[in-house]
Amino acid sequence: MMPLQAEPAARAIAKPGESVEIAPGVHWIGALDPTLRTFDIILRTANGTTYNSYMVRGTDGVAIIDTVKAEFADDFFARIESVARYDEIRIIVLNHLEPDHTGALPELMRRAPQAKLYISTRATAMLKALLKPKEDKGPLAFETVGTGDEVSLGDRTLRFLHTPFLHWPDTQCTYLVEEGVLFSGDVFGCHYCDTRLLNDRCGDFRFAFDYYYAHIMRPFKTHVMDALKLIEPLPLKTIAPTHGPILRDRPRRYITRYRELSTASFADKIGNEERSLIIFYMSAYGSTARMAEAICAGAEEQPGLRVSLYDLEGGETQPFVDLIESADALALGSPTINGDAVKPIWDLLSSLAVIDLKGKLGAAFGSYGWTGEAVRMIEDRMRGLKMRVPVAGLRVKLIPTDEELDECRAFGRDIASAIASGEKGRVIDFAELG
Amino acid sequence: MAKAKITFSDIDQTVNVPAGTRIIEVSEKIGAGIIYGCREGDCGTCMTHVEEGWNNLTEPSVLEEKVLRENMASRHDRLACQAQILGDCKVKPA
Repeated sequence: MMPLQAEPAARAIAKPGESVEIAPGVHWIGALDPTLRTFDIILRTANGTTYNSYMVRGTDGVAIIDTVKAEFADDFFARIESVARYDEIRIIVLNHLEPDHTGALPELMRRAPQAKLYISTRATAMLKALLKPKEDKGPLAFETVGTGDEVSLGDRTLRFLHTPFLHWPDTQCTYLVEEGVLFSGDVFGCHYCDTRLLNDRCGDFRFAFDYYYAHIMRPFKTHVMDALKLIEPLPLKTIAPTHGPILRDRPRRYITRYRELSTASFADKIGNEERSLIIFYMSAYGSTARMAEAICAGAEEQPGLRVSLYDLEGGETQPFVDLIESADALALGSPTINGDAVKPIWDLLSSLAVIDLKGKLGAAFGSYGWTGEAVRMIEDRMRGLKMRVPVAGLRVKLIPTDEELDECRAFGRDIASAIASGEKGRVIDFAELG
Repeated sequence: MAKAKITFSDIDQTVNVPAGTRIIEVSEKIGAGIIYGCREGDCGTCMTHVEEGWNNLTEPSVLEEKVLRENMASRHDRLACQAQILGDCKVKPA
């Protein structure tokens, strides 16, 4: 791997040991991690990431907003020391307690013992788990804050926005009222490392922005929408996230993009009143395929239900994940091979963690030769993914007969009625949830 | 067996459940917006606001009370992984 820091870009804005002023009295004091290629196991990055933290100076002291990953603490402290003394720090705001933003916190608290921590109302347990305070050292000096709470730095005011589940329960945003700077935590962030640091100076990072959203924020779309209601009315000059470029040029574009990405699944709905069922199958000898077709035919008899049928062998996983996100129900068909469902089924099921599956219906079916475990295993996985499985799975031994195909059509009708029964206003019996 | 109705107001859905069922057993399958973490009363992620029927849930345990306090719970907030439904109630994510 090339040591990218050896030759900083000629137009570098972030230089070793120097902070970067992004607004009057507001400095970036974060760290660059250009050689990182995989973040948190699940995310890839083609040019590393940044751990952004910020310092705000007021007439009545200094605030530090978030810290950096522990391995980069030296860079962070060097940048703090370029603009402030530790005894000036009165306030440490933690917008998110994940270790990539709190790694340098214990050392910062040691160097600035007078500083008080400000965390969201949902972060207390996490803070204690992170710092493991010892009782003989006295209680931790922290305050929990919610939307509208403020803390003053004299001529500067930090106002807090409670934005939980973006992407942990503890997450919040902090708004510097006088300068219109939103310290947004991971919201509006991305894994993209560029020494030019500012969105109007660095390379094209739009793909990284969307990719980050897709993997980090997408499972929490409802919470994104709630947060946008708090953020959109703010006068904004700059969005300062904890990863990736600082968004000072037309920051509202990024808010608009979040709204687009969060509403996409609703807009993708095929009709306001229409419900949808997606049937996927894999078939070795055509038997599971014939079952799938019969199930599709049965389900289609239900008015107001759009049924789609796909052979998993013919597609890539990602577009199928998008389809499932906007569907009401998912039926999966797999033969049993060596006592298991086949790999493409598991590949699809293991790709669904990035979408919200709560309340969706699941069903499983398949033909088998002599053991037939696949159907039950798929149902168990669907339940593990918090889906309802209201109709018991259907298995057919080897080639389906006409009678068995009738059973498949009935199975399709049963799934369709279960989808229809989920309509609002109707009292559902617990036993129906499966 | 005694039954009770729980309404999830964020999705406008009501489920008829056997008395004694925990909220967690119902909410995900019906698609309510409550999010769970540890599922054992420790993390406080599943904090839920009880809009109606506060007295129709089991009393919070000492441990649940502690977690609710730590998470700055307001009056009539409960942990959905702990609270058992005894009578009709209406809840939403806190």
